Amino acid sequence: MRFRTHSSPHMIPAHDVGQLMRRVLYALVPGTLAMTWYFGLGVLVNVLLAVGFAVGFEALMLLARRRPVIPVLGDYSAVVTGWLFALALPPLTPWWVTLVGVGFAIVVAKHLYGGLGYNPFNPAMVGYVVVLLSFPRELILWVPPMGFDDLGFSIGEVTAAIFLGQLPRELTWDMITTATPLDHMKTELAQNRTISEIREHPLFGSFSGHGWEWIANWFLLGGLFLLFMRVISWQIPVAVLGSLAVMAGAFWVIDPDAYASPAFHVFSGASILCAFFIATDPVSASTTPRGRLIYGAGIGILLYVIRTWGNYPDAVAFAVLLMNMAAPTIDHYTQPRAFGQNPPPPRRDNGP
Amino acid sequence: MSDISYREIGANGFWHNNPGIVQLLGLCPLLAISGTVINALGLGLATTLTLVASNVTVSLIRHWVRPEIRIPVFVLIIASVVTAIELAMNAFFHELFLILGIFIPLIVTNCAIIGRAEAFASKQPIPKALADGLAMGLGFTCVLVALGALREAVGHGTLLADAHLMFGDAVRGFSITLIEQYRGFLLALLPPGAFIALGLLIALKNVIDDGLQKRAAARITRPAEAVG
Repeated sequence: MRFRTHSSPHMIPAHDVGQLMRRVLYALVPGTLAMTWYFGLGVLVNVLLAVGFAVGFEALMLLARRRPVIPVLGDYSAVVTGWLFALALPPLTPWWVTLVGVGFAIVVAKHLYGGLGYNPFNPAMVGYVVVLLSFPRELILWVPPMGFDDLGFSIGEVTAAIFLGQLPRELTWDMITTATPLDHMKTELAQNRTISEIREHPLFGSFSGHGWEWIANWFLLGGLFLLFMRVISWQIPVAVLGSLAVMAGAFWVIDPDAYASPAFHVFSGASILCAFFIATDPVSASTTPRGRLIYGAGIGILLYVIRTWGNYPDAVAFAVLLMNMAAPTIDHYTQPRAFGQNPPPPRRDNGP
Repeated sequence: MSDISYREIGANGFWHNNPGIVQLLGLCPLLAISGTVINALGLGLATTLTLVASNVTVSLIRHWVRPEIRIPVFVLIIASVVTAIELAMNAFFHELFLILGIFIPLIVTNCAIIGRAEAFASKQPIPKALADGLAMGLGFTCVLVALGALREAVGHGTLLADAHLMFGDAVRGFSITLIEQYRGFLLALLPPGAFIALGLLIALKNVIDDGLQKRAAARITRPAEAVG
């Protein structure tokens, strides 16, 4: 009796894009819940709104491009894009900001370049940069994290703020919004305060911002889950956070009063979210092992440079987009040698 | 090339060989100045005037200029024309001149102008060179104005704002506010918005061309079917 034989591989994992993206979504849950805990229900409304818009735009573009709608929507990539975009927004962002940002992300940054797999830039970050440049006033409306003058908005009050721009109880935007820790650090440093003075402000916690450090921890947990499930490889997160810490550490050692500590930078803003979820986008990131180290290090260095000497308090979107632009070149120069292909040239003696 | 008809010259300037969206020449002023309709119109007309004057002059002297030195001669002619236009605009449209600023003298470097001098005017009689300058210039102006309208509408929510800079006080009421209390969409006014809008215009032209080609193909096959 003869058995049919197959060549390797003999064990085929059932990986597909949909499964990969679903795992990313699971990993985003703890951090998102932590953010909702600290910043209120607006975070959840933003996520739902952005995901809804993203799926809607994706379906419209697929119809316009005469592609199958239902199978492609099943890959969940639009959901991931919308969700990541929403996490970058302040909790009470007006709905039309979300609409414009997600629209740019899906229509221009994704489908005009050819859809999933062809987009050179991270769609969520393109959308965020578009709204950040166009509506600077709406994107600084961060409410203070829980533990200050607790606003305790109900879901009705949150939706009224997001959809109608109306605040309850005769509050005004100036009364309920405050600077983020990174923002606060930047403006105070510009006034020649020392780090230790600035850190006494109640916005700051034990490493970075009050609340922000715990949100970062929960995103870190999700990121470690992604690493464990091999959805992402270790090179990019390690390189992003490592280079950010090295840069911050070098300046911190020189002058700890004028430059924030490495722990502050790693756990502030969106550093952790960037390292595990945004920079690791499989389409727009570098794909070779050595290339990923270079790509991640570039993001970490740009993050520190723009945060410290640039105009914006956080720089994840700019750093990621700049390195997206460099990714094809990095891949070109770091291609690993396939076994048996292009052996290194034998040494030749020039002597007689 | 020598017996090109006026009809073809016009079609090339406005559509098939449009300097703005087909040749992609002179992108620097095209992208920098197309923030509003009036700015775009001002720069477009100045460029048209330059193209007509330089094309006619180049065509006039085409038999006397030795080929070895033709490029420096063309550059000198274009530079003198642009200087004259710059001074004239400073005198008659002073406010507009201040807004357009460096981009008026920079018309000298617009490759569309020396391109037409070299590729067309230096080989053609004067009337055709003049027609070509007019067609190319107005084609460029059309693209500039379309881009300006798109960016002004999206960016400011208005059209024809500050029309008095160009047409005098009589048209102050011409500016149209499309959306009341528009918050502005800054991206459309920034350089990336110019690139995106130009890309969309080029895409639109390609779609129209594709449609025309398909219709032409259908027209060719249908009589054949009728015969068969």
